[in-house]
Amino acid sequence: MLKKIFVLAILAVFAVMLFRSYGLVGANEELNEIATRYAQKGPEEVGAANLVTAVIVTYRGLDTLGEVTILFLAASIIGFFLKTKQQNEKTSENVRKTSEILETAARVITPVIFLFGVYVFINGHLTPGGGFQGGAILASGLVLMLLANPVKKVNHTIISLLESISGFSFLLLGVLGIILADGFLDNTILGTGDFGELISAGAIPIIYIFIGLKVGSELSGIVSNLQKTQKEEI
Amino acid sequence: MIKLIAIILALAILLMAIIAVENKKLVVAVIAAGVVSLFASVFYLLLAAPDVAMTEAAIGSGLSTIIFFYVLNKIRKNRKDHA
Repeated sequence: MLKKIFVLAILAVFAVMLFRSYGLVGANEELNEIATRYAQKGPEEVGAANLVTAVIVTYRGLDTLGEVTILFLAASIIGFFLKTKQQNEKTSENVRKTSEILETAARVITPVIFLFGVYVFINGHLTPGGGFQGGAILASGLVLMLLANPVKKVNHTIISLLESISGFSFLLLGVLGIILADGFLDNTILGTGDFGELISAGAIPIIYIFIGLKVGSELSGIVSNLQKTQKEEI
Repeated sequence: MIKLIAIILALAILLMAIIAVENKKLVVAVIAAGVVSLFASVFYLLLAAPDVAMTEAAIGSGLSTIIFFYVLNKIRKNRKDHA
C-alpha cells in the first residue's frame, strides 16, 4: 500500500514538472549553428541527398563505427553465453507444425523482404533509411524464415564470414579516407558525382552496404543463436 | 487532422504500455510491448523522422519481440525441468 502511494507521489511530481515545462518547449523556428552548417554545406561537401545519411556516415562517422562495434560486442557476448554445448543431432523435435498459410506466405514474402532490405541500404544516401535499417530488415527476413520452419539450421560460417569481411572493409574505407582524402571516413575518396544519382556521394553507398551487411549478419547471428538453444535439453 | 491522429496514437501507446506492465500473462505483455513500438514508429513518421521510424519498426517491434519469445520459451522449459 505504502509502495503504491510512493509511486503515485512520484508520478504526480513528474506530471507537475512536465506540465510546467510544457510551455517552454516548442517547435524550433530556426536551426542551430551546427545544423545550419550541415544543411548549407552538406549537399555540396558530401553530395548525399539524404542529409541524415550525410551526418551519420561522414560528419559523425566515428559514432557510427562505435555503434557498430557495440552491436558486434553484444552479438558476440550473446553467442558466447548461449553456446553451452554441441547439441546431438537426434534430439527429438517436438515442435508444433506451422500452418500451411504461414509456410506458403513465407516462401513468397521472404525474398521480397531481403530485396527490400538491400534496397534500403543501397539507397541510404537518397531515401530515408540506411545501413542499420536495412540490416534490421534483413534480419527480420531471417526471423520470418525461422517462424515458418522452426527447426531450420542456419549456417553460422557464412554469417560470421560476412560479418568479419564487411567490418574489415568498413574500417579499410575509413583508413583510405586518411590516405586519399582529408580524414578518417572521408567519403570524397571516390568523387561526389551528380547530386541525387544512385552512384554519387563518394564512398557513402559502399560504406552503407558494408554497414548493412554487418548489422544484418550480427542481428541474424543473435536470432539464430537463440533459436539454436530452443532445441537444447537442459 | 494530424493532431487528432497523434492524440489517438498517444492514447493507444499509453494503453498498451499499461497492459504490458499490468498483465499477468507474460505472452500478452510481450505482445503489448511490441505494439507500443509499432505505434511509436507511426508516431515518428508523423514527426517527420522516417529513418527512426524504420529502425523502431524493424528492431523494436520485430526483432526484440521475437527475442523475448525465444527467451520466454527457454525460461519455461527450465522451470518445467526443475519442478
